[in-house]
Amino acid sequence: MTAVQDAPTAEIGKDRRRKEDQRLITGRTRWTDNITLPGMVHLAMVRSPFAHAKITNINTSAALESPNVVRVITGADVADEQGSLPNAWPITPDQVAPAHPPIAVDRVVFAGEIVAVIVARSAAEARDAAELVDIDYEPLPAALDLKAAAEATPENGGALAHPELGTNKSAFWKFDSAEAGTGGNVDEAIAKARTDGVVLEREYRQQRLIPAFMEPRSTVVDPTGEQITMWSATQIPHILKFLLAAVTGVSEAKIRVIAPDVGGGFGGKLQTTPEEFITFLVARKLGKPVKYTETRSESLMAGHHGRDQWQKLTLSAEKDGTVTGLKVELLADLGSHVALIGGGVPVLGAFMFNAIYKFPAYQFNCQTVLTNKTWTDAYRGAGRPEATFGIERIMSDLAAELGVDPFELREKNWIKHEEFPFTTVAGLEYDSGNYEAATANAKAMFGYDELRAEQMARRESGDKVQLGIGISTFTEMCGLAPSRVLGSLDYGAGGWEHASVRMLPTGKVEVLTGATAHGQGHATAFSQIVADRLGVAFEDIEVLHGDTAIAHKGMDTYGSRSLVVGGEAVVKAADKVIEKAKVIAAHLLEASEDDVEFAGGRFTVKGTDQGLAMAEIALATFAAHNLPDGVEPSLDSDATFDPVNFNYPHGTHLCAMEVDTETGQVTMRKYAACDDIGNIINPLIVEGQLHGGLVQGIAQALWEEAVYDDAGTLVTGSFVDYLLPTSADTISFDLDHTTSPATTNTLGTKGVGEAGTIASTPAVVNAVLDAVRQFGVQDIRMPCTPERVWKAINDARGGAQAETVAAAAPHFDASTGMEGTTDRTSGGSA
Amino acid sequence: MTRINLTVDGDKVADDVEPRMLLVQYLREKLGKTGTVIGCDTSNCGACTVHLDGTSVKSCNVLAVQADGAEVTTIEGLAQDGELHQVQESFRECHGLQCGFCTPGMIMQSIDLLKNNPKPSEQEIRVGLEGNLCRCTGYHNIVKSVQHAAAQGGAQ
Repeated sequence: MTAVQDAPTAEIGKDRRRKEDQRLITGRTRWTDNITLPGMVHLAMVRSPFAHAKITNINTSAALESPNVVRVITGADVADEQGSLPNAWPITPDQVAPAHPPIAVDRVVFAGEIVAVIVARSAAEARDAAELVDIDYEPLPAALDLKAAAEATPENGGALAHPELGTNKSAFWKFDSAEAGTGGNVDEAIAKARTDGVVLEREYRQQRLIPAFMEPRSTVVDPTGEQITMWSATQIPHILKFLLAAVTGVSEAKIRVIAPDVGGGFGGKLQTTPEEFITFLVARKLGKPVKYTETRSESLMAGHHGRDQWQKLTLSAEKDGTVTGLKVELLADLGSHVALIGGGVPVLGAFMFNAIYKFPAYQFNCQTVLTNKTWTDAYRGAGRPEATFGIERIMSDLAAELGVDPFELREKNWIKHEEFPFTTVAGLEYDSGNYEAATANAKAMFGYDELRAEQMARRESGDKVQLGIGISTFTEMCGLAPSRVLGSLDYGAGGWEHASVRMLPTGKVEVLTGATAHGQGHATAFSQIVADRLGVAFEDIEVLHGDTAIAHKGMDTYGSRSLVVGGEAVVKAADKVIEKAKVIAAHLLEASEDDVEFAGGRFTVKGTDQGLAMAEIALATFAAHNLPDGVEPSLDSDATFDPVNFNYPHGTHLCAMEVDTETGQVTMRKYAACDDIGNIINPLIVEGQLHGGLVQGIAQALWEEAVYDDAGTLVTGSFVDYLLPTSADTISFDLDHTTSPATTNTLGTKGVGEAGTIASTPAVVNAVLDAVRQFGVQDIRMPCTPERVWKAINDARGGAQAETVAAAAPHFDASTGMEGTTDRTSGGSA
Repeated sequence: MTRINLTVDGDKVADDVEPRMLLVQYLREKLGKTGTVIGCDTSNCGACTVHLDGTSVKSCNVLAVQADGAEVTTIEGLAQDGELHQVQESFRECHGLQCGFCTPGMIMQSIDLLKNNPKPSEQEIRVGLEGNLCRCTGYHNIVKSVQHAAAQGGAQ
């Protein structure tokens, strides 16, 4: 009756190799585009080449004659049934939001919008036919420039993205610490500093980025079962199921959504897309399975973009560097529509501009603006990278202004470790952290003093290659999110997560989670948690997710929430299994429950050598031959966890950049980061998350930008022009951790998915600036291309060279009759 | 339609294909070799990398008809008798993948790199993988994976 079992060693903290990898490294994968079903038809989209135009005529006859075309559908054909894509986060009650039909009906509002849909027997034939749809457009003035769009009115004749709305302004959202009772009056602080302190006014540009996950989005819908099944390359199968039902009126119980293997998301698959709704609609119409897979250019053009803000910051301080107030005024480009949480993304930054600092007064103002460009929404970090960039830039600018060491200035203002928990001027309670320790660790790893010495030597010798050191002491709020807080912000859903633990008769365990992985390694990390909790072998645990018929309940994966919210739900479900098993164990051991203890996967009776393994209880429960009266024959348990707070990872990131002052070439020399993400479940996965996050943030600083020409055409519409970094562009990183466990979940964990991206961008730009500030350079817009860096140096030095005109995109050569300029030189106001 | 005969992952196959069909489409759509994936339309991403007569190619840049008579190895044909290729093993060991979408191409290119340069420096690895994009890993652990494979004699 008593099985001998080795005491299991702790799984949490082990650098377990990932369970997921065996399939992925052998090509045994299930990407949505791999799925083929009998009788399946394929879609191709006909997309608008114009940013803003009336559709005056659509002739589909040639397309209909094309081989193996089944149907051609226009917006007018389905105007009454296609519904409007949802916005789940109206940030103000009076938010202005245009209807968002999946297929444009009579007007297109960005270049790339779907105008007609071809249904054909093969994807190639669908694409062939898409070329044959003849559409007449009447171009309209397009609202492209964010600042101009914000000013446009019917009276001043500025271009309106949606003329029927009479404005491009969608919503104005404000937080004021004096009004909220969390701090003082910022205008008074600024006025005072103007007389006896220092005031810095800066305007930074957050350029538009593209998430650019590696797997293009794909959707398959099979309407032939009792439930309509949708497979989609999505981060949010549960939210998608809910919204498909809400928009189409199909019963939620008749819809099953599966996110099979999903090739990255980074926020870019945190969306319910026109393509998903169209595939769903066509499948229902035809009663046949339907597939749509986008091309990369469609993905870059019509998948949502991220960032795109102008940030006006006013920072007031005393002469000794003590900051007295921060005022933030943002303009945020929503693009053509208010996407799923598009309007809310900048608001997620509202609580983060004050970052790790004890500012006594703070005000955040954000105006969201509609334009005739691809809509924007979450991209890794979503609001927090923008905030971190703004504050870490201006803190370094203030240090330069005052002529003090940027660390000294930060330390003067940051929250000391003994001051946690700390309620910030934005009203959040930071539970734990130690900025001093992370900074000391990062500086040591980096070789800060040595690099500063080298920097001085290069400066003194007038080396043509100058060295700059950039600092980012960031924090973020993640683990989205306490449902009450989301409710108070008018978000349309809660922030809980669900888990189930199923005990199988053989002692194996199935864990169901509503968090949907797409590369993060949930199966491995959650197995480690359950292995420790239940005392079963890591290998005996199967983590199931991403299918609403299996893991039926969830809020999915984004906002660095899976572990801190979803992992905690798993813990709670596992604990319920133990509670249930204990009752049965006591009965079988003929002992009082009070005398039964559970440790290392075994129930034992205090003071005896009697015991039963969890697997034995599972089998006994399955057989159900001998259970206590009234006890159900099941150990399976569910839990839904709603966090009481966000959590607040932080870290100190240091970057050394070499700048060739003759060519503007920038080269990363060293990057060291010490992150504090609380307790770590799997250090290997954590490092991987940081590496990838770092490179996405570095890419914003140095390479990536979604560029539109004057006509509103995306000129960075392929990987030739949208510069994703390669292995040859990047370096290896030095990483370490300090550990201040979170106090708001039992595992003590903090999110790590977005940390690298949030932290790294300002570290890099600060480093580039640190190298060239000596020449009088104050700002270089991202991405810091060699041209921009060179121009900044030469302008600051008072170089008399002729103005560099905006570079013509090479494929828009004037001789071709097509004109277009990029804004890489001017810095990107489009 | 054109008749082609070739060997894919050790199996002889024959099909009638449209002349415009790309090798990657042939692998995925005709043979069901969906381990090889398509990530872009401009041959930048390298996700579709396979070996054609022992040399890495981006299979979106080869017409199926050009593979007539050739021997093609995909990610699905690497492991022999259930035993992983060293480079596959090293990617797992060093956490050289996250979402796994670029991984087939990345592994196939890494094998080719090591075949030509069994003891590459970090910089040689970085340049050798420049034609394969990854959005998850930041390349740090991919480089480590190739170094690990090299140390284990992964050129074989």
